[in-house]
Amino acid sequence: MNQYVLDFEKPIRELEARIAELREHSKPADAFTAKEIKKLEAQVVRLRAQIYAKLTRWQRVQLARHPNRPYTLDYIERMIADFIELHGDRFFGDDPAIVAGIGRLEQQPVVVIGHQKARETKEKLRRNFGMPHPEGYRKALRLMKLAARFKRPVICLIDTPGAYPGIGAEERGQAEAIARNLFEMAHLPTPIIVAVIGEGASGGALGIGVGDRILMMENTWYSVITPEGCAAILYRDAANAPQAAEAMRVTPDDLLKMGIIDKIIKEPPGGAHAHPDAAAQLLKQALLQELASLRRISATQLVKQRIEKFNRMGVYLE
Amino acid sequence: MEWYKRTNKGLEPSEKKELPDGLWIKCEDCGEILYKKELDRNAKVCLKCGHHFRMSAEEYIRLLADDGRFDEFNAELRSTDPLKFKDSKKYSDRLKEAMERTGLNEAVRTGCCSVNGMPVVLAVMDFSFIGGSMGSVVGEKICRAVDRALQTSSPLIIISASGGARMQEAALSLMQMAKTAARLALLSDAGIPYISLLTDPTTGGTTASFSMLGDLNLAEPGALIGFAGPRVIKQTIGQDLPEGFQRAEFLLQHGFLDAIVPRTELKKQLSQMLHFFINRKRKD
Repeated sequence: MNQYVLDFEKPIRELEARIAELREHSKPADAFTAKEIKKLEAQVVRLRAQIYAKLTRWQRVQLARHPNRPYTLDYIERMIADFIELHGDRFFGDDPAIVAGIGRLEQQPVVVIGHQKARETKEKLRRNFGMPHPEGYRKALRLMKLAARFKRPVICLIDTPGAYPGIGAEERGQAEAIARNLFEMAHLPTPIIVAVIGEGASGGALGIGVGDRILMMENTWYSVITPEGCAAILYRDAANAPQAAEAMRVTPDDLLKMGIIDKIIKEPPGGAHAHPDAAAQLLKQALLQELASLRRISATQLVKQRIEKFNRMGVYLE
Repeated sequence: MEWYKRTNKGLEPSEKKELPDGLWIKCEDCGEILYKKELDRNAKVCLKCGHHFRMSAEEYIRLLADDGRFDEFNAELRSTDPLKFKDSKKYSDRLKEAMERTGLNEAVRTGCCSVNGMPVVLAVMDFSFIGGSMGSVVGEKICRAVDRALQTSSPLIIISASGGARMQEAALSLMQMAKTAARLALLSDAGIPYISLLTDPTTGGTTASFSMLGDLNLAEPGALIGFAGPRVIKQTIGQDLPEGFQRAEFLLQHGFLDAIVPRTELKKQLSQMLHFFINRKRKD
């Protein structure tokens, strides 16, 4: 895998490189270098904690987009046993920007749905950079309804820069497809757990984002539009994206304060992109925990609570 | 350089037609000069080409409500600028300006009225208030209108005119899409009809939530309706867009509208549709 390093990660990476170098050059290890390595390692931990403690919102956005971050299929591979991908919306086609399928989360059969990004150019194009067309949302809905009929919970993983703005997407009703999903997900009689694992931009994210529990991983963002899109419209220049990210308050902490999400899932030190396996474990534990609490609630009650949950969102003066 | 000199006189610029303020208006589409009073009498539809001028919420209410009587509720709900949002201007200042300019508190008005004797709950968006964008207040007012329809078992009509979710309330605006759609799911489960009318323009998060969720989706002729705005699509694909793209007729052709209703026919057709849903003696 390509090691892509963000600017603010560089001091950490440099220290780590020095440790690796020391290890390489002191074989067999002598007491002095061993001590030196220990010191450096402690320094890495401190430095990392320092840098990650005061990330700007824009840095958080950059982390959410880190190409080494696990994508939906990376998480599925690590969390879901016996996963089988299922395709197609039965109307028009199959959208590779959304993957969906069945499998087991520990003992529990589940339907898993998520936006899918890619790392290699060809695959990126095939996945359309994780930007779905209407058939993606309709495939997702088809499988959610399947889940409901057989009383299986639904897990949705969000990671998209937005629904695709193109001619075909409009012809096939991008707006209708998203609206329909919001409507149907609101009263789907089975538990739905949503987790933002990377980027959550606009209706494209929300189109698979209505659920009983909304979680966000630590280094992700979620808002009404990308910071670039907001900057292009309100600041007349996409280069002002960092300011737009600040103004829109896009981080998990912000959304927790706004009363939109229920919980933030911690990532391993250095972020999910540094330790995908550990990140997947943490996500899995969080999902299992939520699932356990939702399983006790009847479907009717679940739907009632879900609609109430969204009805509480918003701030206004009466 | 003789050949470079202009020998012909060239075209005379046509003289600017001075129009007395407020009496006459030029059709944005065909250029016809229209007598404003006559245009207003024709529900702001061009008498020559049928172009639909944009209308305010107030004008739609007067067009549809019997005797113009509209029992408005939740008119006092206001946005608080929860994120203390600032771009080139403070959001709180934008709100203040919009309120002063339009005399409205927000981008939607909600209330009860009768349409040819049929009691309905009516919500009308107003594009002149920050582009008819949906923030917390619009979402809440739509939900309360749904609740009123539920309580009174009356049909719901929503007239949309909106650029989408309001960026200045960021994720809170986004969630209004889910909030309104969820509320409409309740209405649908209760068997109460909802008619959505999309007017020019209806795009973004509004189209992708309540506007597209009518038991009947109607639109006015020529209205721009879509998810992404045409400019964004053009930038993304780097091509010109086909003629008529994202207009009401295009959506009808692709199966996303039940009907296109000219504004001059709106009240009549709405009441016909309402009578299909609610079987009552007709008054008209």
